[in-house]
Amino acid sequence: MSPVETYQITIPAATRYLGAVRRFVALHARAAGFSEQEIEHIKLAVDEACTNAIKHAYKGKESGLIDVIIHLYPEEFVVIVRDRGPGFDPSKYTMPGIENSIRERKGGGYGIHLMRRLMDRVEFKQWNGYNEVHLIKRRHKKRGTP
Amino acid sequence: MNGFSVSFQEQDGIVILKLKGELDAHTASELEAAFQRCLDEGKVKVVVDGSELQYISSAGLGVFMAFVDEIRERGGDIKIAALQPKVYKVFDLLGFPMVFDIVATVEEAIKRFQEPKATSSEN
Repeated sequence: MSPVETYQITIPAATRYLGAVRRFVALHARAAGFSEQEIEHIKLAVDEACTNAIKHAYKGKESGLIDVIIHLYPEEFVVIVRDRGPGFDPSKYTMPGIENSIRERKGGGYGIHLMRRLMDRVEFKQWNGYNEVHLIKRRHKKRGTP
Repeated sequence: MNGFSVSFQEQDGIVILKLKGELDAHTASELEAAFQRCLDEGKVKVVVDGSELQYISSAGLGVFMAFVDEIRERGGDIKIAALQPKVYKVFDLLGFPMVFDIVATVEEAIKRFQEPKATSSEN
């Protein structure tokens, strides 16, 4: 099924653009009818996916580009975060666990856990040299519909 | 721009770090620098005032995890106070309430530092 509407922003792989991405996603999530709490969740999930692309796919090289694409479907709000770095195998991901992180004095490795907790569905795809994280949130039915 | 700032205040040997704005992978280094300053100055009783913290991502939470062990080892702690509900939710998703003292107000956090510590029989 084709999306009803599509919006896209492309940023260099640098953390200083994260705020712009959050504002872009919040604007469209609000227009799609999500509550403030849901908007916070979508913003955070997209931030985590972009941060992973900046830190792991491009390892801080700003010449890399990240596309953030919103597909609005009648039932779903889909955000695709796309990079061209080396791929990532989500089946190898395990959350470090907060007590281990504290003991090891390291705080990384929680992005994917948060994305999965905050969104209804998270999918990782690779095609044609691209890596994509698909972050999916179900939309509400309009008020008054049974 | 992602606005974020940390301000320092001291009360009865307790440092209060007031966080303002959005704490993400871009601004996390500012919180790192603030905790490092506390360690360098030997001020290990730290209250984080989160009343004006609007946003946090896992990069921000990671800074708390990276510093708390050393601060506790030196006899102090990081107590987190006055978080807005939307920000508390993110701390909660990673299990922070299990391992950090998170309280409703800065005053309560300060009081916890001033209370005599309960003795533990655990080894």
